[in-house]
Amino acid sequence: MIAPRRHPAQDHFRQPLTETPFHPRLAALCETESWYNWAGQKALHSVYDEELEYFAIRSTAAVFDISPMIKYRIRGPGAEAMLNRLTLRDVRKLAPGRVQYTAWCDDAGEVLDDGTLFRPGPQEFRLCSQGRHLPWILDTAEGFDCTVEDESTAIAGLALQGPASFAVLQAAGFSGLETLKTFNIRDLPHEGGQVTISRTGFTGDLGYELFCPAEAALSLWDRLWSAGAPLGLKPIGYNALDRARIEAGFIVPGTDFIATDLALRADRARLPDEIGLDWLVDPAKTQFNGRRAIMAARAKGGPRHVLVGLEVEDNTPAVGAILYHHKKREAGVVSSAIWSPMLKRNIAIASLDAPYGSRITEDLWVEIYALRELRYHKLMKRARIVPRPFLKLRRRTVTPPGLV
Amino acid sequence: MKRHDVVLIGGGHNGLVAACYLQRAGLDVLVLEKNAWVGGAATSRDTGTGVTFSNCSYVCSLFRPEIMRDLELPRHGLQVIAYEGGVVFTEDGDYLAAYRDHDAHRREIARFSPRDAEAYETYARDVTRQCRFIQPLLMRTAPDPVSLKPRDIGELLWLARRFGNFTAEEMAATARFWTMSIADFLDEYFETEVLKAYLAISGIIGTALGPMSPGTAYVLLHHYMGEVDGSVGAWGYARGGMGAVTQALASSFRASGGTIRTDAAVEKVLTRGGRATGVVLDSGEEVAARRVVSNADVKRTFLKLVEPADLPEPFLHRVRQFKMRGSSGKLNIALDGMPEFPALPEGCRCTMGDMHFSDSIERLERGYDDWKAGRWSADPFLDMMIPTQLDPTMAPPGQHFMSCFVQYCPPKVEGRDWTDADRDAFAETVVSQIADYSPGFRDRIIGMEVRTPRELEAEVGLTEGNIFQGELTFDQLLFNRPVPGYAQYRSPIPGLYICGSSTHPGGGVMGAPGRNAAREILRDMRLSPKEMRPAHDVL
Repeated sequence: MIAPRRHPAQDHFRQPLTETPFHPRLAALCETESWYNWAGQKALHSVYDEELEYFAIRSTAAVFDISPMIKYRIRGPGAEAMLNRLTLRDVRKLAPGRVQYTAWCDDAGEVLDDGTLFRPGPQEFRLCSQGRHLPWILDTAEGFDCTVEDESTAIAGLALQGPASFAVLQAAGFSGLETLKTFNIRDLPHEGGQVTISRTGFTGDLGYELFCPAEAALSLWDRLWSAGAPLGLKPIGYNALDRARIEAGFIVPGTDFIATDLALRADRARLPDEIGLDWLVDPAKTQFNGRRAIMAARAKGGPRHVLVGLEVEDNTPAVGAILYHHKKREAGVVSSAIWSPMLKRNIAIASLDAPYGSRITEDLWVEIYALRELRYHKLMKRARIVPRPFLKLRRRTVTPPGLV
Repeated sequence: MKRHDVVLIGGGHNGLVAACYLQRAGLDVLVLEKNAWVGGAATSRDTGTGVTFSNCSYVCSLFRPEIMRDLELPRHGLQVIAYEGGVVFTEDGDYLAAYRDHDAHRREIARFSPRDAEAYETYARDVTRQCRFIQPLLMRTAPDPVSLKPRDIGELLWLARRFGNFTAEEMAATARFWTMSIADFLDEYFETEVLKAYLAISGIIGTALGPMSPGTAYVLLHHYMGEVDGSVGAWGYARGGMGAVTQALASSFRASGGTIRTDAAVEKVLTRGGRATGVVLDSGEEVAARRVVSNADVKRTFLKLVEPADLPEPFLHRVRQFKMRGSSGKLNIALDGMPEFPALPEGCRCTMGDMHFSDSIERLERGYDDWKAGRWSADPFLDMMIPTQLDPTMAPPGQHFMSCFVQYCPPKVEGRDWTDADRDAFAETVVSQIADYSPGFRDRIIGMEVRTPRELEAEVGLTEGNIFQGELTFDQLLFNRPVPGYAQYRSPIPGLYICGSSTHPGGGVMGAPGRNAAREILRDMRLSPKEMRPAHDVL
């Protein structure tokens, strides 16, 4: 448990949005000035051109500043048992040196967040997420022999994604990564310290995530930059990443589902099974937060909501569209949608109210209101449920990675 | 003698709201106000200092936007301005500020506890959920649970459906929230004393209970369910002072043909054959009316303005037992400059909002202990504002109006009446507390209006100076406010109605009681409430 301590800084009100450790570099490269607020820090919607940035992810290599991610360090002999209580998957099966995509729920089984759980050592973990969960994790940690520390601002994070990302790391002198498999972690030396490199990402492409102390951020950036420029390394903002993540079929809290601890309307909270995270739940674990409620809902006949991937006819993205069954009965809502440049298909992520999406999967339509020069085109387009990820790239998992 | 359709006793905000709706429905309405000005506890006047005070109520959030729109109050001069943040100064020379900016606010709490900074999100969600549940109840008449009238049954079913939509968890949370103490409620979320003290103030303000008294969590809700332009929970200043609310109402009322008589104190309600027929003024003048509506509180109305013989004994008993206890006072201070608070960094906008000096729940509770002993708190909590930072209309440039709400302050001092010497000593307690945190404060004072429950009762007519016309505890809400069986703005005397904060949904400058009362009166007269548009939906 961390002892609450009084922090002397009182000037934070002058600059409510703080800057990430990479800010000086991003600010220098930024042409769009499209800053937004990500967890209280300045982040970019795009750096120079959203579309070109997307193609950097899919053709060369892209760096995306993930420092605003919330990062908790959990250490101690009881850390594994605590995290096994906190999260849905079996943490005992997470070997040291590996990463797990996971999620955690409240006692009602409703999803608080999803995130990645890193295990750098047997008694050492890092939990990364969009939302803040310190009170919940501290409460869960009661009775377990472990410490919980918020290292969100102390640790800088950088996603390096794209087919050339391995080549960039190699050119930057990070050696030995040709054996690093998907979801593996390795610590490599940098500037007298270490940088933790994992083969993970949010793009469905070959890619890595790099974590280092905030003080080492700029030198890490420079090291990648000078090696990566000849390979087409580009900085990107969230909009390009968002396109890639939809193609990869990943869901985003606040967009594709509402975290239960932030839901003003209690009926908006979702069980893991209701947002396509059923595969994370390990029923063999006898105890974890939300287990009883999740299992009770399963016994009662399955989820009341279903999160699905859709392919929509024609080429107009269906963002925010209402889904209908038989063009008449309301069946759900589209939460994310793009025209996929890689697939040349119109794809979407949607939440349906059962039995739509479970028992009834045919005759689904989306109603798209496309505003074009002050006039709405009202479209009713057929939608087909398709498996996620929409896009599967062989290069994401092939080891050693190539450039193709 | 002219006979009015309706005569309204008291020109407070609820009285004027009711008067406006009734007049607009085509009735001939006369408002009788004992003072030389209208407004009740929502007034602003210059008492000779050159600075305009909001003499009683001082901030605006609860006033229903539906009423502002129906009665065209913006056209009649009402402007409500949102303000920034607030602050509690701590005894060790530090402070805890509140900011509108989400991240600045989180970082501020994190100075004291990173855990509390994050817990605040869940706290805000839970309180907002309670607000969302209660908001739609404000503009509806509370159903009588033992009535068999189709309308009461319909309303009860509506209420039951709302409960029916609750999960078991929400049901439990709501039942607990309505009954628990604000201290216990805050303990479930936070560990930082000063943060809990700051949030607890909304649970005890205007209430003769301490933060550890059961029922105070709901009082907090009552202060959170307002809004400024859709921003739920936000507070603002009425431009020109709180009198702007009632001046706009009076202007709207006159524009629709209504008549207001000031300096017209009502002595008695006249009855004939058990039915209200008008009122008699303290001058002896009689005013005849088909219906009489009282904006005075339930005690003043039924224990002073009505002959006891006209009322059933059980009703009188209930009215006498209705909790309406004086617990607060107020200092209105004219300053020749902005007071300095050395604890704050320069340029900190938190002085635009509510300022306090009570940094622990225990200090708040000790303050209440003094009240129980019949004394004003030796270490009172202040809810202090300087609206002239945002409103240039109330003071000459450079000068300021400081509104200083003070709690606890008993209706009698150790069982005897207040004296002028008591009042001055009470004021000194407050000024010396401010001066402890603001050097040079005394030298900036150019004038002061000190109000104990004695002054509040004498001027506004609030029994014991209770600002809500009755405590906002759950035993006195909904169909129990003010008296079971008489929670629908009617009284045992046909033709006599009440429309003040003693009725559902209670106190604060909200206007909902006045609007609801007007609707019931029109129903009895078989008139449709024209120009009363439906309450806004809560999406």
